[in-house]
Parts: sequence; structure tokens; C-alpha cells
Amino acid sequence: MKSYLFVLRKPAHSGAHVQEMLDIILTTAAFDQKVSILLIDDAVFQLKKGQHPENVGMKDTAAIFNALEIYDVNDIYTEIESLQERGLKPGDLCLPVREFYRKDIAGLMKRFDVIFAG
Amino acid sequence: MKFAIQVNTSPYQSNAGHTAYQFINVALAQGHEVFRVFFYHDGVYQAFKYATPPDDELQFTSQWSELARRYQIDLVVCISAAQRRGLLCSDEAKRQGKQDDDLAEGFRISGLGQLVEATLEADRFIVFG
Repeated sequence: MKSYLFVLRKPAHSGAHVQEMLDIILTTAAFDQKVSILLIDDAVFQLKKGQHPENVGMKDTAAIFNALEIYDVNDIYTEIESLQERGLKPGDLCLPVREFYRKDIAGLMKRFDVIFAG
Repeated sequence: MKFAIQVNTSPYQSNAGHTAYQFINVALAQGHEVFRVFFYHDGVYQAFKYATPPDDELQFTSQWSELARRYQIDLVVCISAAQRRGLLCSDEAKRQGKQDDDLAEGFRISGLGQLVEATLEADRFIVFG
């Protein structure tokens, strides 16, 4: 077994990107690997509450995040500065996240076998 | 060292695919092993056999096919990403009642499990694009 950190950086509904990244995340979890997710930069918007993606013809990816628990994906990390720069608070997100300061992100990454850039 | 490679961008969207191609060539020349190259997101466009750029431009798809032929590298295109974008191999097209045969020589179509397996087998996993 390896530990994976999926580093997501793109906003929700940037084409099929988020949806396709979630497909990899779910497949990796289905292979019984240890899966964690780090949301930085515009990716913090992926968990924002109150999305209506159907209005722009996109799939509701926030709902898929809510299903991650079924696959034992419980560790979702985010960067404090990325939230602050975008005027978001943890309460604005649809899932509980663990927050890290930017200076501590490199240390977080060192804990994993595979860093998956997405 | 054993590498697994993922390519996420199309040939005319970014040069990341060509950078991956150059990296693989150098890695192999230095005696490293490339376990698999996995094409995902718009990276599936690297595998379209009917891409026909002008003669004086790089032939990206042919370069991949030649790489696969020369080194027996496993070039895998993600089936769900490919079908979304209209790339179907002949078997899959038949199954869907369509007539496509889009996959260039040296590539094969398979699922995301092949990507996860590659990351498990490899010493290093590198994402391009």
C-alpha cells in the first residue's frame, strides 16, 4: 500500500477537469490505497457550499466530494492563505477540512509516497 | 529507476506532452525504465491517428508510435477520457454501434486501474501538464 496526496489547484467546473480528477481519486481509493486530498489556490472553490453547476451544464462535483467518505477518504487538507485570499472561511465549505499554513505545505507533502498533481 | 508518466494536455494546447516525450527518451538513454505512459484529460488527443499536421511541423502522434515501437513502451489512453472526447478504438466503436478507428499504432485503451497500478509499480511518478 502507498499513501497518495492529490493536490488540486483548479476551480470547480473548469471543464471536466475536477470530475476526471475525482475519478482518479475514487479509483485509487477503490484499490485500497491511503488517499488524502489537498486543495490549494482556486481549488478551495471546489468545496464551496451553494453551487448550482446544472445552470452551466456541469456535473455537481461537490456532491462527489461528499461521497468520498464511503471510500474511506477522510483526510481533506486546505491552505489557510488560499481560503483567506478568496474571502472564504472553513464554514463556507461543504466538508470539514484540516487547514495548513503555506509554510507547512512542503512538510505535509513529505509525509506521502506519491504526490499527484492535478 | 522505474518511472510512471502521466500526460494531461493535447499537442496544441501546451508543450507538456512533447516535454514528456523528451524526458522519456533521455531517461531510457540513461538506462532507466518507463513502466507505463498514461494519457488522461486532454492528453488523449496525443493518440489520435488522423491528426495530420503540415509536413514541416513535428508529428507528435507518430513520435509516440515510433517510441512505442522502438522501446516497447506501454502507452495507455484512458477509456473514459477518450470516449468523452470522441476517440474510439475499433473494438469499442463496434460495441457502441459506431465506426471509428481512431487510435494510433502503439497506443492501447484501458481504464484508470492501469494508472493506479503504474503509480504502485514505479519508483517515481511524474505528471506532465
